[in-house]
Amino acid sequence: MFKFIISRAALVIPTFLGITFLSFFLIRLVPGDPIEVRVGERGITPERLAMLREQLGLDQPLWVQFASYVGDILSGNFGTSLVTKNPVLLEFLELFPATVELSVCAILFAVILGLPAGVMAASRRGSFWDHTVMGVSLGGYSMPIFWWALLLILLFSVSLGWTPVSGRLSVMYYVEPVTGFMLIDTLLSDEPGAFRSAVHHLVLPSVVLGTIPLAVIARMTRSSMLEVLGEDYIRTARAKGLSAGRIVGLHALRNAMIPVVTVIGLQVGTLLGGAILTETIFSWPGIGKWLIESINRRDYPVLQGGVLLVATLVIVVNLIVDLLYGILNPRIRHGR
Amino acid sequence: MPLLDIRNLSVEFATRSGTFRAVDGVDLHVEEGEVLGIVGESGSGKSVTSLAVMGLIGHNGRIVADRMEFAGTDLRSLSPRQRRRLTGKDVAMVFQEPMSSLNPCFTVGFQIMETLKVHEGLDRAQRRRRAIELLDQVGIPDPESRLSAFPHQLSGGMSQRVMIAMAIACSPRLLIADEPTTALDVTIQKQILDLLVSLQRDRGMALVLITHDMGVVAETAHRVAVMYAGQVVETRPARALFEAPRHPYTGALLDALPERALGRRRLPTIPGVVPGIADRPPGCVFNPRCPKAQADCRMGPIPMFPDETGAARCLHPLRQVGGQAA
Amino acid sequence: MSATDDIEMMASPAKAAPPSPLRTFWWSFAENKGAVAGLLVIVVIAILAIFADWIAPHSPTEQFRDFRLLPPFWADGGTLRFPLGTDDIGRDILSRLIHGARLSMAIGLIVVTLALGMGIVLGLVAGFYRGWIDVAIMRLMDMMLALPSLLLAIVVVAILGPGLSNAMFAVSIVVLPHYARLTRAAVISELGKDYVVASRVSGAGTLRLMFSTILPNCMAPLIVQATLGFSTAILDAAALGFLGLGAQPPTPEWGTMLASAREFVTRAWWVVTFPGIAILVTVLAFNLMGDGLRDALDPKLKR
Repeated sequence: MFKFIISRAALVIPTFLGITFLSFFLIRLVPGDPIEVRVGERGITPERLAMLREQLGLDQPLWVQFASYVGDILSGNFGTSLVTKNPVLLEFLELFPATVELSVCAILFAVILGLPAGVMAASRRGSFWDHTVMGVSLGGYSMPIFWWALLLILLFSVSLGWTPVSGRLSVMYYVEPVTGFMLIDTLLSDEPGAFRSAVHHLVLPSVVLGTIPLAVIARMTRSSMLEVLGEDYIRTARAKGLSAGRIVGLHALRNAMIPVVTVIGLQVGTLLGGAILTETIFSWPGIGKWLIESINRRDYPVLQGGVLLVATLVIVVNLIVDLLYGILNPRIRHGR
Repeated sequence: MPLLDIRNLSVEFATRSGTFRAVDGVDLHVEEGEVLGIVGESGSGKSVTSLAVMGLIGHNGRIVADRMEFAGTDLRSLSPRQRRRLTGKDVAMVFQEPMSSLNPCFTVGFQIMETLKVHEGLDRAQRRRRAIELLDQVGIPDPESRLSAFPHQLSGGMSQRVMIAMAIACSPRLLIADEPTTALDVTIQKQILDLLVSLQRDRGMALVLITHDMGVVAETAHRVAVMYAGQVVETRPARALFEAPRHPYTGALLDALPERALGRRRLPTIPGVVPGIADRPPGCVFNPRCPKAQADCRMGPIPMFPDETGAARCLHPLRQVGGQAA
Repeated sequence: MSATDDIEMMASPAKAAPPSPLRTFWWSFAENKGAVAGLLVIVVIAILAIFADWIAPHSPTEQFRDFRLLPPFWADGGTLRFPLGTDDIGRDILSRLIHGARLSMAIGLIVVTLALGMGIVLGLVAGFYRGWIDVAIMRLMDMMLALPSLLLAIVVVAILGPGLSNAMFAVSIVVLPHYARLTRAAVISELGKDYVVASRVSGAGTLRLMFSTILPNCMAPLIVQATLGFSTAILDAAALGFLGLGAQPPTPEWGTMLASAREFVTRAWWVVTFPGIAILVTVLAFNLMGDGLRDALDPKLKR
């Protein structure tokens, strides 16, 4: 098992190096000199330009610059924001819990609804329920979520007044950030009602962000279940006189879960992409909103460092999914 | 009273190109402790017949029969729950593809003990002990450690042994083996057949052996039913069938056995293919391929004609001893 | 399952002449009602897009200053002159939507063409030459897939600067790996087949082998992916427009329209609702048709 983990982890290293390389070039592709980008329109004397170039190592050959960039990253230095002058990594870590909280709730929403829906659709193939699940999930899959968010706000916030429009917590409360996860922090604080407020703020963004994963998971679960239900070992299970519930819920689901877990893992990328839109619309102070703001402010070090960090995150999550896959599927685990 | 008694069984499937009758008016009976061989080419309906007995026909299939009884119980009127109590316990089945018939996600032990748990209600330790016994009985070496093996770690022959262990776990009165050796290496085939026969003899259970191989039947079956295009075309005790087949199709199958073709330069074959959904001939279903077919063979359905040892669905049966065409 | 195999063998008519491939394709496509509905919707949208100048009641940019934020005709205060109402500066929403269809179809077409072209070339080269060039190309594709697609598109736009054409280019880059991977996989599986060997033996050149022998035989998955690619392209371009990184106002692009409508969400629901419905319906139609095409073109997934 340990060997299996190590060998899978080793495969990730070239991808990670490549991403680092790409993010290194990213800032170089921006039209104009990095220094000019930094000083903006104020102008600069040629002498000062040369000095700055030397200071920043821009007069060195490219590979030296890249080496020092990799060195910086390995020592945890992802650059400094031009606007706030804070280290990028610090800002990232500060905002990260908000995005994680949102994404976890979204994926929970998607899995809790999508998995049973897909299983039921498959086990009653061709039924009204099956058609409904497939139709709704195709709709969800085609949904422009930024519009979906506006519609939900229109309905639940504007018309019904049930949920707040933006932010993570009502301004009535102040909660000491301990973990960064609002649900936990509000529980730790002694402010009554703060937890309720945090939940209220979380509902709409989670539903919006979870919509596409929900559709994908439901469809994938259905097709995977259908495939498995046609397998010989399902016939064996029926020949053993097992109940339908046990056949579908144990024998089929266990096999059908293997590709579904992969798909859930792959949704992490979709989720972070969706988080950019969702966080922007709901003014959710997370990574997505931070990245969009960095573009609007032309804060390229934040964009560069942020993209690298997000990519690393996706790679790590995919690695974990890969390992989970091995645990679920005995054939992979035993190296065959 | 026979253990299994089937009269006029038909199974139809709804396909895109219309209703397809895979089994067409089959009569079968199996006595307690008997070995019945069902022989036929692929597409003859032999597997579908056995699946119908097991209650494993999917929703797109429709089963009609005048009688379908197992040990006096009418199989047609069972509720799903009653049906489940029977399948896997009193009637069990072994399939053609052992490698894909075991669930890849569960250990061998789990899959055997699951059957015991559902039907016998033993406690955990008893189930484990019984599973080890079973693996030992089907000739798996070191059964205790095999319990924790996953199916992909077993060879085809081993997998089939596990399937057999699973099938006989609850001491069924009838075991249906659907082409149990077809997917295996020739050397393993014999071992598995011997295992099935010895288990049948030791336990006194009835065995239905479904195969396309006349040679397999010759060595094991007490009685044989030959199927063609969804119908039983001939049935009689194995010895009588091999000595004097009456239906030309049976005769042709026997002639195609390499053992019987000694001295000839080429192995005889049957020209043509089994009729499909669109080209089912009127009259005898075998007439387009039959060397002895005459005008009356092409008209009207042909009934089974009983004779001294069995019955054959033929107007102009073979008479000569040894299976040669008259 | 042996039983179903048996049935399969018997069910296939042995004598009847097989119908032409195009006809069988249309039969299995037409069997899928959703796919046909998708195709119809796409045809309607395409007609709207092509004849937008004649069909739209007003110019998409003309401002009727006296009719700001007018509701649709069936609501109180609405008028048939502006069937779906007007936006904050008095432009006719219906006319903007019709002209937006033209943009969305163009976006889909351009993005898919660009991505398909680049993807096919990369995939063919990778699959054909293998070795280090294959590793290099596919590693790059893997890295691009490791990034969330919208984030990658945003990064590309951030580098190139906002605007519709840059947004289209960005989306093409983002979806390109899918085509490259598909082509490569198809090429590798086709290369081993006898007809390729035969063609090679008879002296076909590399380019000829690539484009006129192998490529036509791996078109099916590419066609499906391209159809589905339309929906991704329209959706992603609209998302970029919504974030202010795609088409810029006053271009009547649906995502951009939504972006400027955001602040009126509490006052004028129609400004927010209709562009979104337009995106949803278009994307849904392409997805439906793509699913139908996949079922009809890929015999493995039939039934």
